[in-house]
Amino acid sequence: MASPRQRAARWRYVQYAVLVAVVLTVALVADWGQLQRAFWNWELVKEQFPRVLTIALKNTLIYTACGFAFGLVLGLVLALMRLSSVGPYRWIATGVIELFRGLPALVVFIALSVGFRLAFPAYEIPFGNLGIVTLALGLVGGAYMAETIRAGIQAVPKGQMEAARSLGMSHGRAMISVVVPQAFRIILPPLTNELILLTKDSSLVYILGLSLSGYELTKFGREGMNSASNLTPIIVIALCYLLITVPLSIVVRRMESRSERAR
Amino acid sequence: MTTDRITDRTTAAIDVQDLHKYFGANEVLKGIDFHVGTGQVVCVIGPSGSGKSTLLRCVNMLEVPTSGKIFVAGEEITDRDADVDQLRARIGMVFQQFNLFPHMTVLRNLTIAQEKVKGRKKDEAVEIARTTLAKVGLSEKESAYPAHLSGGQSQRVAIARALAMSPDMMLFDEPTSALDPELVGDVLAVMKDLAAEGMTMMVVTHEMGFAREVGDNLVFMDDGVIVEEGDPREVLANPRHERTQLFLSKVL
Ligand SMILES: Nc1ncnc2c1ncn2[C@@H]1O[C@H](COP(=O)(O)OP(=O)(O)OP(=O)(O)O)[C@@H](O)[C@H]1O
Ligand SMILES: [Mg+2]
Repeated sequence: MASPRQRAARWRYVQYAVLVAVVLTVALVADWGQLQRAFWNWELVKEQFPRVLTIALKNTLIYTACGFAFGLVLGLVLALMRLSSVGPYRWIATGVIELFRGLPALVVFIALSVGFRLAFPAYEIPFGNLGIVTLALGLVGGAYMAETIRAGIQAVPKGQMEAARSLGMSHGRAMISVVVPQAFRIILPPLTNELILLTKDSSLVYILGLSLSGYELTKFGREGMNSASNLTPIIVIALCYLLITVPLSIVVRRMESRSERAR
Repeated sequence: MTTDRITDRTTAAIDVQDLHKYFGANEVLKGIDFHVGTGQVVCVIGPSGSGKSTLLRCVNMLEVPTSGKIFVAGEEITDRDADVDQLRARIGMVFQQFNLFPHMTVLRNLTIAQEKVKGRKKDEAVEIARTTLAKVGLSEKESAYPAHLSGGQSQRVAIARALAMSPDMMLFDEPTSALDPELVGDVLAVMKDLAAEGMTMMVVTHEMGFAREVGDNLVFMDDGVIVEEGDPREVLANPRHERTQLFLSKVL
């Protein structure tokens, strides 16, 4: 009989063998010429620049940043309402959170763009499409972040609020100066994750019907793909997404391991 | 019960009258009459769960009394229309677990309430903070964060934070119970200095030595009532009540 140690070693070899077999199969069986023609046409890659950066990436960043900023404020307000001693505040906040957490982001976009115009024909959402994106992403993101922020506030030790109150601070002042700053430290990793999700959700802006100057990455890639009948533009914008999200993921992982060590 | 109590309420720093406190159906304070004269140091002792912390926390309304009245510096803090925040600014409080603000430097811990509550200008607040820090012997720590302080240093900063508000009186809830034994002395020394300066102090403590040396009055609580009070040396040497005797025989 093999010792447990030998068995573990053998199992590891099997895993490596499977990995090598899969890689080899893909490498040998795949039609690389065909793949490259379809996915990575150098001429088309060059054609994407510089507009993929100056328009598409820029717009994705703007939409995401505006949506996230609004979502953060909304999330904080909803979280404080959820923790309020005033019943109606709690009920309203719970309703808003459940509504926008439960709806697909696409539905929120449509409701805001089409629905708003039908319901209030005399009014317009300010800043045009950017206003709608900010509202839609903010509502969806804010509903998620509200629960995260609430959990963060509740994770701050009770003694902090008591110490602040014993110094004569009002409840609101103690929240702003003492509790909320500590809550945000605790929830920085999940908030960054939310930022990553919003980066991807910002692609839903296509539903609004944009002019070229408003294209964000996904729309830009799709237009490029359709006009060239080739997938290369999609690959280029995919890399652009990773350019945003991977560094954020690394930051999150750093923060998590640091807070682990601090414990 | 006791007749040697100071009855002149105008000189009282803290005057608690027939205080009852329930947590749910659990009656934790069962009719407390309690008094701290201006400039006095009153120590409160008693077994765990007897209601010492609850009594202390009622004085600045961190716990809301179920019934009874509490006067602080002549004003009724339990009054519906009392400005509790303004009264609390005049009552310093020191917790067993320090409760320093971890996201602020030591100096900021001492200035924030001065600015936001007392409306002092930044320069003035900083100056007062530095003077107060020097008093507790921690001037060199002003830009440190609480995480980098020892327990004894943290508690002295917490005392300084309360003192920087120029309070009329100080409440202490077992200020040395969370400290390593070798750090207790530093904190008690600061408290002795305070008492010598004439600060009004209410101290929940297990430090019988401090109570005997510094206290003007000693209160023994058990099961939500004040069982016995009087001159600390007298109570500690000749406890009159059986429950006091039993408690002291365990801790002394
Ligand atoms: N927030 C609360 N909710 C419910 N019960 C409480 C609460 N705070 C205290 N109690 C109860 O009230 C009683 C008195 O508690 P208190 O903290 O005043 O005792 P203590 O004399 O300070 O004890 P210790 O020496 O352990 O600090 C205890 O039975 C405790 O369980
Ligand atoms: Mg206690």
